[in-house]
Amino acid sequence: MMLSAAHADLLDLFLHFLTLSLLSIGGAISTAPDMHRYLVGERHWLSDTEFTSSIALAQAAPGPNILFVAVLGWNVAGLSGAFAAMAGIMLPSTTLVLAATRWARRNKDSLGVRAFSAGMAPLTLGLMLATGWLLAEPYLRLPEHRLATLALMAGTVLLTLKTRISLVWMVLAGEVLGALGWV
Amino acid sequence: MSTPAPELALVPVAPQGPASLWVLYLAFNRLALQGFGGVLAVAQRELVERLGWLSREEFVETLAIAQVLPGPNVVNLSLMIGDRYFGLRGAFAALAGMFVLPSLLVLSMAALYGSVAQHPVVGNALRGMGAVSAGLILATGLKLLPAVHRNPMGRVLAALLAVATVVAVVWLRLPLPWLVLLLGGLGMAAAWRGLAQTPDSA
Repeated sequence: MMLSAAHADLLDLFLHFLTLSLLSIGGAISTAPDMHRYLVGERHWLSDTEFTSSIALAQAAPGPNILFVAVLGWNVAGLSGAFAAMAGIMLPSTTLVLAATRWARRNKDSLGVRAFSAGMAPLTLGLMLATGWLLAEPYLRLPEHRLATLALMAGTVLLTLKTRISLVWMVLAGEVLGALGWV
Repeated sequence: MSTPAPELALVPVAPQGPASLWVLYLAFNRLALQGFGGVLAVAQRELVERLGWLSREEFVETLAIAQVLPGPNVVNLSLMIGDRYFGLRGAFAALAGMFVLPSLLVLSMAALYGSVAQHPVVGNALRGMGAVSAGLILATGLKLLPAVHRNPMGRVLAALLAVATVVAVVWLRLPLPWLVLLLGGLGMAAAWRGLAQTPDSA
Protein backbone atom coordinates (compact mmCIF):
# COMPACT_ATOMS: atom_id res chain seq x y z
CA MET A 1 0.00 0.00 0.00
CA MET A 2 1.38 3.34 -1.07
CA LEU A 3 -1.33 5.35 0.65
CA SER A 4 -2.54 5.21 4.20
CA ALA A 5 -6.29 4.92 4.67
CA ALA A 6 -6.56 8.61 5.61
CA HIS A 7 -4.72 9.68 2.48
CA ALA A 8 -6.82 7.43 0.32
CA ASP A 9 -9.95 8.99 1.80
CA LEU A 10 -8.64 12.49 1.14
CA LEU A 11 -7.85 11.55 -2.43
CA ASP A 12 -11.32 10.10 -2.80
CA LEU A 13 -12.86 13.31 -1.44
CA PHE A 14 -10.76 15.40 -3.83
CA LEU A 15 -11.65 13.24 -6.83
CA HIS A 16 -15.35 13.23 -6.02
CA PHE A 17 -15.53 17.01 -5.85
CA LEU A 18 -13.37 17.17 -8.98
CA THR A 19 -16.07 15.32 -10.91
CA LEU A 20 -18.76 17.65 -9.56
CA SER A 21 -16.91 20.82 -10.59
CA LEU A 22 -17.85 20.87 -14.25
CA LEU A 23 -21.45 20.00 -13.37
CA SER A 24 -21.80 23.02 -11.11
CA ILE A 25 -23.37 25.32 -13.69
CA GLY A 26 -25.27 28.03 -11.86
CA GLY A 27 -23.11 27.62 -8.76
CA ALA A 28 -21.84 24.78 -6.61
CA ILE A 29 -25.08 24.66 -4.65
CA SER A 30 -26.70 22.97 -7.66
CA THR A 31 -24.54 19.92 -6.92
CA ALA A 32 -25.30 19.91 -3.17
CA PRO A 33 -27.76 16.99 -3.49
CA ASP A 34 -24.99 14.81 -4.88
CA MET A 35 -22.56 15.96 -2.16
CA HIS A 36 -25.17 14.93 0.38
CA ARG A 37 -25.58 11.52 -1.24
CA TYR A 38 -21.81 10.97 -1.19
CA LEU A 39 -20.81 12.43 2.19
CA VAL A 40 -23.86 11.41 4.24
CA GLY A 41 -25.41 8.45 2.44
CA GLU A 42 -22.46 6.64 0.92
CA ARG A 43 -19.40 7.38 3.08
CA HIS A 44 -21.12 8.26 6.41
CA TRP A 45 -18.53 10.95 7.04
CA LEU A 46 -21.18 13.49 8.06
CA SER A 47 -24.59 13.27 9.66
CA ASP A 48 -27.61 14.88 8.09
CA THR A 49 -27.55 17.77 10.59
CA GLU A 50 -23.82 18.30 10.13
CA PHE A 51 -24.39 18.62 6.41
CA THR A 52 -27.23 21.12 6.76
CA SER A 53 -25.50 23.21 9.41
CA SER A 54 -22.31 23.33 7.31
CA ILE A 55 -24.30 25.04 4.56
CA ALA A 56 -26.02 27.34 7.07
CA LEU A 57 -22.69 28.34 8.60
CA ALA A 58 -21.19 29.23 5.22
CA GLN A 59 -24.27 31.31 4.41
CA ALA A 60 -23.94 33.25 7.64
CA ALA A 61 -20.27 34.00 6.98
CA PRO A 62 -19.06 36.58 4.44
CA GLY A 63 -17.62 35.44 1.14
CA PRO A 64 -18.71 33.43 -1.87
CA ASN A 65 -21.38 30.83 -1.10
CA ILE A 66 -19.14 28.08 -2.50
CA LEU A 67 -17.20 28.21 0.80
CA PHE A 68 -19.79 25.75 2.13
CA VAL A 69 -17.65 23.17 0.31
CA ALA A 70 -14.68 24.15 2.48
CA VAL A 71 -16.81 23.75 5.62
CA LEU A 72 -17.99 20.33 4.47
CA GLY A 73 -14.37 19.28 3.88
CA TRP A 74 -13.39 20.70 7.25
CA ASN A 75 -16.05 18.69 9.01
CA VAL A 76 -14.86 15.53 7.25
CA ALA A 77 -11.11 15.84 7.81
CA GLY A 78 -10.07 19.23 9.20
CA LEU A 79 -7.83 21.56 7.24
CA SER A 80 -6.62 18.96 4.75
CA GLY A 81 -10.24 17.97 4.12
CA ALA A 82 -11.16 21.60 3.45
CA PHE A 83 -8.25 21.91 0.99
CA ALA A 84 -9.05 18.64 -0.77
CA ALA A 85 -12.73 19.52 -1.25
CA MET A 86 -12.09 23.11 -2.35
CA ALA A 87 -9.26 22.17 -4.72
CA GLY A 88 -11.49 19.51 -6.26
CA ILE A 89 -14.50 21.76 -6.80
CA MET A 90 -12.41 24.71 -8.06
CA LEU A 91 -9.68 23.27 -10.30
CA PRO A 92 -11.67 22.12 -13.36
CA SER A 93 -14.08 25.06 -13.46
CA THR A 94 -11.29 27.63 -12.96
CA THR A 95 -9.26 26.11 -15.78
CA LEU A 96 -12.25 26.10 -18.09
CA VAL A 97 -13.22 29.69 -17.22
CA LEU A 98 -9.70 30.95 -17.89
CA ALA A 99 -9.49 29.12 -21.21
CA ALA A 100 -12.95 30.31 -22.26
CA THR A 101 -12.44 33.92 -21.24
CA ARG A 102 -9.14 34.11 -23.14
CA TRP A 103 -10.67 32.58 -26.22
CA ALA A 104 -13.61 34.98 -26.00
CA ARG A 105 -11.29 37.96 -25.61
CA ARG A 106 -9.18 36.98 -28.62
CA ASN A 107 -12.38 36.71 -30.65
CA LYS A 108 -14.28 39.56 -29.02
CA ASP A 109 -14.91 41.32 -32.32
CA SER A 110 -16.30 38.24 -34.02
CA LEU A 111 -20.02 38.27 -34.65
CA GLY A 112 -20.43 34.98 -32.80
CA VAL A 113 -18.92 36.12 -29.50
CA ARG A 114 -20.72 39.48 -29.60
CA ALA A 115 -24.03 37.79 -30.39
CA PHE A 116 -23.46 35.30 -27.56
CA SER A 117 -22.85 37.85 -24.80
CA ALA A 118 -25.47 40.32 -26.07
CA GLY A 119 -27.98 37.51 -26.60
CA MET A 120 -27.42 36.11 -23.11
CA ALA A 121 -27.50 39.51 -21.35
CA PRO A 122 -31.32 39.70 -20.99
CA LEU A 123 -31.31 36.18 -19.54
CA THR A 124 -28.72 37.25 -16.99
CA LEU A 125 -30.97 40.08 -15.84
CA GLY A 126 -33.98 37.78 -15.73
CA LEU A 127 -31.99 35.19 -13.77
CA MET A 128 -31.01 37.80 -11.19
CA LEU A 129 -34.64 38.77 -10.63
CA ALA A 130 -35.67 35.11 -10.51
CA THR A 131 -32.89 34.29 -8.02
CA GLY A 132 -34.11 37.07 -5.74
CA TRP A 133 -37.54 35.54 -5.78
CA LEU A 134 -36.39 31.94 -5.35
CA LEU A 135 -34.19 32.86 -2.36
CA ALA A 136 -37.21 34.23 -0.55
CA GLU A 137 -39.69 31.59 -1.67
CA PRO A 138 -39.16 29.04 1.13
CA TYR A 139 -40.02 31.77 3.68
CA LEU A 140 -42.90 33.11 1.61
CA ARG A 141 -44.49 29.66 1.71
CA LEU A 142 -44.80 29.83 5.49
CA PRO A 143 -47.89 31.94 6.34
CA GLU A 144 -46.41 33.14 9.65
CA HIS A 145 -43.31 34.55 7.90
CA ARG A 146 -44.83 35.73 4.62
CA LEU A 147 -45.70 39.32 5.43
CA ALA A 148 -42.51 40.15 7.34
CA THR A 149 -40.35 38.58 4.62
CA LEU A 150 -42.10 40.59 1.92
CA ALA A 151 -41.76 43.78 3.96
CA LEU A 152 -38.06 43.16 4.57
CA MET A 153 -37.48 42.44 0.87
CA ALA A 154 -39.36 45.55 -0.22
CA GLY A 155 -37.45 47.68 2.28
CA THR A 156 -34.13 46.29 1.05
CA VAL A 157 -35.01 46.93 -2.60
CA LEU A 158 -36.04 50.50 -1.80
CA LEU A 159 -32.93 51.26 0.26
CA THR A 160 -30.64 49.72 -2.37
CA LEU A 161 -32.17 51.70 -5.21
CA LYS A 162 -32.60 55.02 -3.41
CA THR A 163 -29.68 55.28 -1.00
CA ARG A 164 -25.95 54.51 -0.85
CA ILE A 165 -26.18 52.70 2.50
CA SER A 166 -23.60 49.93 2.71
CA LEU A 167 -25.15 46.59 1.85
CA VAL A 168 -23.50 45.01 4.89
CA TRP A 169 -25.60 47.11 7.25
CA MET A 170 -28.78 45.96 5.56
CA VAL A 171 -27.77 42.29 5.88
CA LEU A 172 -26.84 42.76 9.54
CA ALA A 173 -30.13 44.52 10.19
CA GLY A 174 -31.91 41.56 8.60
CA GLU A 175 -30.02 39.13 10.85
CA VAL A 176 -30.84 41.12 13.97
CA LEU A 177 -34.51 41.43 13.04
CA GLY A 178 -34.56 37.69 12.36
CA ALA A 179 -32.80 36.79 15.61
CA LEU A 180 -35.28 38.95 17.53
CA GLY A 181 -38.05 36.87 16.01
CA TRP A 182 -39.61 39.71 14.02
CA VAL A 183 -39.27 38.12 10.59
CA MET B 1 -18.87 69.83 -41.43
CA SER B 2 -17.33 67.47 -43.95
CA THR B 3 -15.64 65.01 -41.59
CA PRO B 4 -17.98 62.99 -39.40
CA ALA B 5 -17.10 62.60 -35.77
CA PRO B 6 -15.12 59.39 -35.17
CA GLU B 7 -17.30 56.55 -33.98
CA LEU B 8 -16.96 55.62 -30.36
CA ALA B 9 -15.93 52.08 -29.58
CA LEU B 10 -18.91 49.86 -28.76
CA VAL B 11 -17.50 48.67 -25.47
CA PRO B 12 -15.39 51.44 -24.03
CA VAL B 13 -12.31 50.36 -22.14
CA ALA B 14 -12.86 51.08 -18.47
CA PRO B 15 -11.44 54.53 -17.87
CA GLN B 16 -9.49 53.33 -14.88
CA GLY B 17 -8.73 49.74 -14.01
CA PRO B 18 -6.81 48.53 -10.96
CA ALA B 19 -3.38 50.15 -10.68
CA SER B 20 -1.63 47.01 -9.44
CA LEU B 21 -2.11 43.37 -8.48
CA TRP B 22 -2.33 44.44 -4.85
CA VAL B 23 -5.14 46.90 -5.60
CA LEU B 24 -6.94 44.13 -7.48
CA TYR B 25 -6.49 41.72 -4.57
CA LEU B 26 -7.73 44.29 -2.05
CA ALA B 27 -10.77 45.19 -4.17
CA PHE B 28 -11.94 41.58 -4.37
CA ASN B 29 -11.07 40.96 -0.74
CA ARG B 30 -13.19 43.95 0.31
CA LEU B 31 -15.97 42.79 -1.95
CA ALA B 32 -15.99 39.23 -0.62
CA LEU B 33 -15.90 40.31 3.02
CA GLN B 34 -19.04 42.39 2.47
CA GLY B 35 -20.83 39.50 0.81
CA PHE B 36 -23.07 37.94 3.44
CA GLY B 37 -25.53 35.57 1.82
CA GLY B 38 -24.19 36.18 -1.68
CA VAL B 39 -21.59 38.41 -3.30
CA LEU B 40 -23.32 39.41 -6.53
CA ALA B 41 -25.07 42.53 -5.23
CA VAL B 42 -21.86 43.76 -3.59
CA ALA B 43 -19.89 43.01 -6.77
CA GLN B 44 -22.18 45.30 -8.76
CA ARG B 45 -22.02 48.05 -6.15
CA GLU B 46 -18.21 47.89 -5.88
CA LEU B 47 -17.06 47.18 -9.46
CA VAL B 48 -19.61 49.33 -11.30
CA GLU B 49 -20.65 52.06 -8.87
CA ARG B 50 -17.68 52.62 -6.58
CA LEU B 51 -14.58 51.64 -8.59
CA GLY B 52 -15.98 52.18 -12.09
CA TRP B 53 -13.89 49.33 -13.54
CA LEU B 54 -16.87 48.12 -15.55
CA SER B 55 -19.84 49.90 -17.11
CA ARG B 56 -23.32 48.59 -16.39
CA GLU B 57 -23.40 46.95 -19.83
CA GLU B 58 -19.96 45.38 -19.43
CA PHE B 59 -20.93 43.98 -16.04
CA VAL B 60 -24.05 42.33 -17.46
CA GLU B 61 -22.22 40.91 -20.49
CA THR B 62 -19.32 39.58 -18.42
CA LEU B 63 -21.77 38.04 -15.99
CA ALA B 64 -23.68 36.52 -18.93
CA ILE B 65 -20.57 34.52 -19.82
CA ALA B 66 -19.68 33.77 -16.17
CA GLN B 67 -23.18 32.39 -15.68
CA VAL B 68 -23.12 29.73 -18.39
CA LEU B 69 -19.72 28.38 -17.30
CA PRO B 70 -19.45 25.91 -14.42
CA GLY B 71 -18.48 27.36 -11.06
CA PRO B 72 -19.92 30.18 -8.97
CA ASN B 73 -20.86 33.24 -11.05
CA VAL B 74 -19.00 35.76 -8.90
CA VAL B 75 -15.88 33.62 -8.71
CA ASN B 76 -15.90 33.27 -12.49
CA LEU B 77 -16.45 37.02 -12.76
CA SER B 78 -13.42 37.69 -10.53
CA LEU B 79 -11.25 35.37 -12.64
CA MET B 80 -12.37 37.06 -15.87
CA ILE B 81 -11.77 40.58 -14.58
CA GLY B 82 -8.41 39.72 -13.02
CA ASP B 83 -7.28 37.99 -16.19
CA ARG B 84 -8.38 40.95 -18.29
CA TYR B 85 -6.11 43.38 -16.46
CA PHE B 86 -3.06 41.33 -15.45
CA GLY B 87 -3.36 37.96 -17.17
CA LEU B 88 -2.95 34.80 -15.14
CA ARG B 89 -1.40 36.66 -12.20
CA GLY B 90 -4.41 38.97 -12.13
CA ALA B 91 -6.83 36.05 -12.22
CA PHE B 92 -5.12 34.47 -9.23
CA ALA B 93 -4.84 37.76 -7.34
CA ALA B 94 -8.60 38.29 -7.75
CA LEU B 95 -9.28 34.68 -6.76
CA ALA B 96 -7.06 35.05 -3.69
CA GLY B 97 -8.96 38.19 -2.76
CA MET B 98 -12.22 36.31 -2.97
CA PHE B 99 -11.04 33.30 -0.95
CA VAL B 100 -8.05 33.77 1.39
CA LEU B 101 -9.55 35.82 4.21
CA PRO B 102 -13.17 34.63 3.80
CA SER B 103 -12.13 30.96 3.96
CA LEU B 104 -9.98 31.57 7.06
CA LEU B 105 -12.98 33.29 8.61
CA VAL B 106 -15.51 30.61 7.77
CA LEU B 107 -13.21 27.80 8.91
CA SER B 108 -12.53 29.57 12.21
CA MET B 109 -16.27 29.86 12.64
CA ALA B 110 -16.64 26.16 11.83
CA ALA B 111 -13.97 25.28 14.39
CA LEU B 112 -15.38 27.52 17.14
CA TYR B 113 -19.10 27.60 16.57
CA GLY B 114 -19.91 24.51 14.55
CA SER B 115 -22.51 23.37 17.05
CA VAL B 116 -24.08 26.82 17.40
CA ALA B 117 -25.36 26.55 13.84
CA GLN B 118 -28.14 24.26 15.07
CA HIS B 119 -29.47 26.78 17.58
CA PRO B 120 -32.94 28.12 16.67
CA VAL B 121 -31.77 31.75 17.00
CA VAL B 122 -29.25 31.11 14.22
CA GLY B 123 -32.01 29.76 12.02
CA ASN B 124 -34.09 32.87 12.70
CA ALA B 125 -31.15 35.18 11.97
CA LEU B 126 -30.48 33.32 8.72
CA ARG B 127 -34.10 33.76 7.69
CA GLY B 128 -33.85 37.52 8.23
CA MET B 129 -30.61 37.55 6.30
CA GLY B 130 -32.16 35.46 3.54
CA ALA B 131 -34.95 37.97 3.04
CA VAL B 132 -32.45 40.83 2.79
CA SER B 133 -30.19 38.87 0.40
CA ALA B 134 -33.21 38.20 -1.78
CA GLY B 135 -34.04 41.90 -1.78
CA LEU B 136 -30.44 42.79 -2.65
CA ILE B 137 -30.37 40.52 -5.69
CA LEU B 138 -33.77 41.80 -6.83
CA ALA B 139 -32.61 45.40 -6.48
CA THR B 140 -29.39 44.67 -8.35
CA GLY B 141 -31.35 43.12 -11.20
CA LEU B 142 -33.63 46.17 -11.32
CA LYS B 143 -30.65 48.50 -11.28
CA LEU B 144 -29.02 46.73 -14.21
CA LEU B 145 -32.25 46.46 -16.20
CA PRO B 146 -31.59 49.69 -18.18
CA ALA B 147 -28.70 47.80 -19.81
CA VAL B 148 -31.31 46.35 -22.22
CA HIS B 149 -31.53 49.79 -23.87
CA ARG B 150 -28.25 49.32 -25.66
CA ASN B 151 -28.77 45.68 -26.57
CA PRO B 152 -28.29 45.11 -30.30
CA MET B 153 -31.45 42.96 -30.46
CA GLY B 154 -33.51 46.05 -29.56
CA ARG B 155 -34.83 47.08 -26.17
CA VAL B 156 -38.33 45.66 -26.54
CA LEU B 157 -37.14 42.19 -27.46
CA ALA B 158 -34.46 42.26 -24.75
CA ALA B 159 -36.99 43.27 -22.10
CA LEU B 160 -39.40 40.55 -23.25
CA LEU B 161 -36.63 37.98 -23.05
CA ALA B 162 -35.76 39.06 -19.48
CA VAL B 163 -39.42 38.70 -18.46
CA ALA B 164 -39.67 35.31 -20.20
CA THR B 165 -36.59 34.18 -18.23
CA VAL B 166 -38.24 35.10 -14.92
CA VAL B 167 -41.39 33.19 -15.92
CA ALA B 168 -39.40 30.17 -17.11
CA VAL B 169 -37.31 29.97 -13.95
CA VAL B 170 -39.83 30.90 -11.25
CA TRP B 171 -43.02 29.30 -12.57
CA LEU B 172 -41.92 26.64 -15.04
CA ARG B 173 -38.76 25.66 -13.08
CA LEU B 174 -36.86 25.26 -16.34
CA PRO B 175 -33.34 23.94 -15.59
CA LEU B 176 -30.47 26.24 -16.61
CA PRO B 177 -29.19 24.15 -19.55
CA TRP B 178 -32.67 24.23 -21.14
CA LEU B 179 -32.97 27.93 -20.46
CA VAL B 180 -29.67 28.64 -22.21
CA LEU B 181 -30.60 26.39 -25.10
CA LEU B 182 -34.14 27.73 -25.68
CA LEU B 183 -34.31 31.38 -24.59
CA GLY B 184 -30.54 31.85 -24.91
CA GLY B 185 -30.64 30.52 -28.46
CA LEU B 186 -33.45 32.90 -29.27
CA GLY B 187 -31.53 35.82 -27.76
CA MET B 188 -28.35 34.97 -29.59
CA ALA B 189 -30.16 34.68 -32.92
CA ALA B 190 -31.84 38.05 -32.35
CA ALA B 191 -28.58 39.68 -31.26
CA TRP B 192 -26.81 38.18 -34.28
CA ARG B 193 -29.42 39.64 -36.60
CA GLY B 194 -29.20 43.04 -34.91
CA LEU B 195 -25.42 43.10 -35.06
CA ALA B 196 -25.31 41.97 -38.69
CA GLN B 197 -27.66 44.77 -39.71
CA THR B 198 -25.63 47.55 -38.12
CA PRO B 199 -22.30 48.63 -39.61
CA ASP B 200 -19.15 47.21 -37.99
CA SER B 201 -18.25 50.44 -36.24
CA ALA B 202 -21.53 50.68 -34.34
